[in-house]
Amino acid sequence: MDFNDTPEEAEFRQEARGWLDANAERLEPGERREGALGSERADLIERAKAWQGVKADAGWACITWPSAYGGRDASPIQNVIWGQEESGYRVPPNMFTIGHGMLGPTIMTHGSDAQKERYLKPLLRSDEIWCQLFSEPAAGSDLAGLRTSATRDGDDWVVNGQKIWTSGAHYSDFGMIVTRTDPGAVKHAGITYFIVDMKSPGIEIRPIKQITGSSDFNEVFFSDVRIPDSNRVGAVNDGWRGAITTLMNERATLSDQGGFGLGWRDALKLAQEVDWEGRPALQESWVRQRIADFYVKSKGIEYTNFRSLTALSQGKVPGPENSISKMVGAAMRQELAKFALEMQGAGAVAADPDAPGLAEGFQANWLASPGLRLAGGTDEILRNIVAERVLGLPAEARADKGIAFKDIPSGSS
Amino acid sequence: MNFDFSEEQKLLQETAREFLAEHSPLSACRAVLESGGSHDAELWKGAAEMGWLGAAVPEVYGGAGFGRLELSLLALEVGRALAPIPFGPSVYLCTEAILEAGSDAQRERWLPRLASGEVIGTFGFSERIGSHAAASLESRFEGGRVHGVKVPVPDAGIAGLLLAAVETGSGPGLALVELGGEGASVEPLESLDASRPLGRLRLDGAPAELLGGDGAGAGFLEHLLDRAAVLMAFEQVGGAERSLDLTREFTLGRFAFGRPIASFQALKHRLADVYAAVQIATSSAYYGAWALSTGDAELPTAACGARVSASDAFDLATTEMIQMYGGVGYTWEYDCHLFYRRARGLGHALGSATEWREKLIQRLEDS
Repeated sequence: MDFNDTPEEAEFRQEARGWLDANAERLEPGERREGALGSERADLIERAKAWQGVKADAGWACITWPSAYGGRDASPIQNVIWGQEESGYRVPPNMFTIGHGMLGPTIMTHGSDAQKERYLKPLLRSDEIWCQLFSEPAAGSDLAGLRTSATRDGDDWVVNGQKIWTSGAHYSDFGMIVTRTDPGAVKHAGITYFIVDMKSPGIEIRPIKQITGSSDFNEVFFSDVRIPDSNRVGAVNDGWRGAITTLMNERATLSDQGGFGLGWRDALKLAQEVDWEGRPALQESWVRQRIADFYVKSKGIEYTNFRSLTALSQGKVPGPENSISKMVGAAMRQELAKFALEMQGAGAVAADPDAPGLAEGFQANWLASPGLRLAGGTDEILRNIVAERVLGLPAEARADKGIAFKDIPSGSS
Repeated sequence: MNFDFSEEQKLLQETAREFLAEHSPLSACRAVLESGGSHDAELWKGAAEMGWLGAAVPEVYGGAGFGRLELSLLALEVGRALAPIPFGPSVYLCTEAILEAGSDAQRERWLPRLASGEVIGTFGFSERIGSHAAASLESRFEGGRVHGVKVPVPDAGIAGLLLAAVETGSGPGLALVELGGEGASVEPLESLDASRPLGRLRLDGAPAELLGGDGAGAGFLEHLLDRAAVLMAFEQVGGAERSLDLTREFTLGRFAFGRPIASFQALKHRLADVYAAVQIATSSAYYGAWALSTGDAELPTAACGARVSASDAFDLATTEMIQMYGGVGYTWEYDCHLFYRRARGLGHALGSATEWREKLIQRLEDS
């Protein structure tokens, strides 16, 4: 047991660091790298695109992609090492992980030769930005319940309907969209997957205002939008296969929700600063017990990620333990933020300039944390995945099996 | 990054699992529990022959010469099997203390006998109900003898050697007390986990030596508890894993409303939570084992993390086990209560998780 690189990994790390040193500035000690949120800021997009171009020219963009498409044929563990190294420099965050990690690989697997030729290199360089048009108002966790229709008309398909929760729709050049092409077939069998030009007539994009007041996602409306048949990815009515590929690539990205926002260390610091009946809150045993729990859980998630990285380092697929990070981490963040507010008594909910420096951050985290428990698979869906794929428990009985999509009961909201 | 056990270590674990499947079925645990007996003597002999009792003891003292990583995996298997033997007290505490801080003469005298199972070791820290600092110990070492009361002491009736926390005259320390002769009397106490017996030891001049000649000091006492907490965390993880396995199997086979109860999200989601708790405890125990085996400075916080997460996971797994088995889980006949009891017993053996959370915060404040 050790935490060292293998000789090959160390060599790769040196190579990565050498290139980064020559092309970027190291962060100062204590300096945090710029985050990806607040993506409305156009200058951030432009800087992120420029940095991606610099990396692409040197073969350091999308390094796990095959070199035939501009990648580096890098292994998953090399990708992790690259990410660790890049995060130590003052460079823009990667705003384009949906295109690079999910949509690009889907085109590689299911796209035509012409599509690969046309789209992959600009996607990698981020000269063209992509978004993912999956969720709908009535199809969230149950994605295959999607209703946006595509009807054949000559060499085109005509698309009508609505997508939702689309990150980056307003600055994307292309999107990948799953549509209903045969409502008479059973649910999963009547879906077709397309590439859509986001500048097409009939597309309207409206930002969604979240409970935090900011807008990181959009609603996208389709009114008689024409997509040429040559933009179809995979066979007609076989789009579910491609959608699964996209989602599998999403899960293959090691996520660390435990790393979001303020953590146990910040709660400890706050407890040292907050006055609780004449002494620091950290002297209270109920505060000490809770912070200890947050520490233990956060560290447990971190060490679990070490086990997944070990599997990658050994050239294996990470084990099922990899799936608990977000399932445990997201809800813990919400609990932690709430606890940090509780600790401050009545004043916790005011925007008081006299409050400790961390107070505002915990308010923001508390408001943002419900989103963490929903995005990228809700807590409930993740529990189903662990129960069914890891523990091998049977699927929930369902009311939509073996009947035509159009005959499946639907609700009012 | 290599945060995993080696193939050789996993092979040793597999061998242990096979041995325990044959020699320590759950009926062995139940037999001790129901008979009010002390332990499974045949199994203890077998564990000694397999080299487990001296797994981390150098060969020159009759041990197998492995390290703590190997010992960790053996502890996990002992936990999975709910083995009714004095493994923890004798190996994680008594043997480890002598290995780490005993004098040459103490090592030569005791390690071969502990490794062969001829002498069962135990430990006595607690003296009364509640949580107490080492500074308030009432047991005292004086002129080669110990006076005081230790309660609860695991395996008090069968142990030949007691590692006792005592006031040495120059601060708290550890003494090796010979049991079974003059100056030591045992009062058996019923244990919530009756597969692992407890007793009250009255020491009235029992012959003793200070560990390492000077009692090794209060700092070592804390260090020893940290080491034992990591090893015991593996035992707890093993028990939690097995509880989850059995509960999974039961819910798959039990039907209600025309389908397996394991197909209801009300149960699936909670089993996923148990799985997550077990994984977090496993990873935390791994980290503790790494710190233990490399002597890393992070051991004090790593031990707290392992102890708290493993205690919580074993608690959750066994609580949910009885709940999901339903009525039969509450019967004497079914094995659920063996796990429920063991989780409680191990959860208190080195001080409760609440005490370890407090210890963790003290250490984070100091660091």
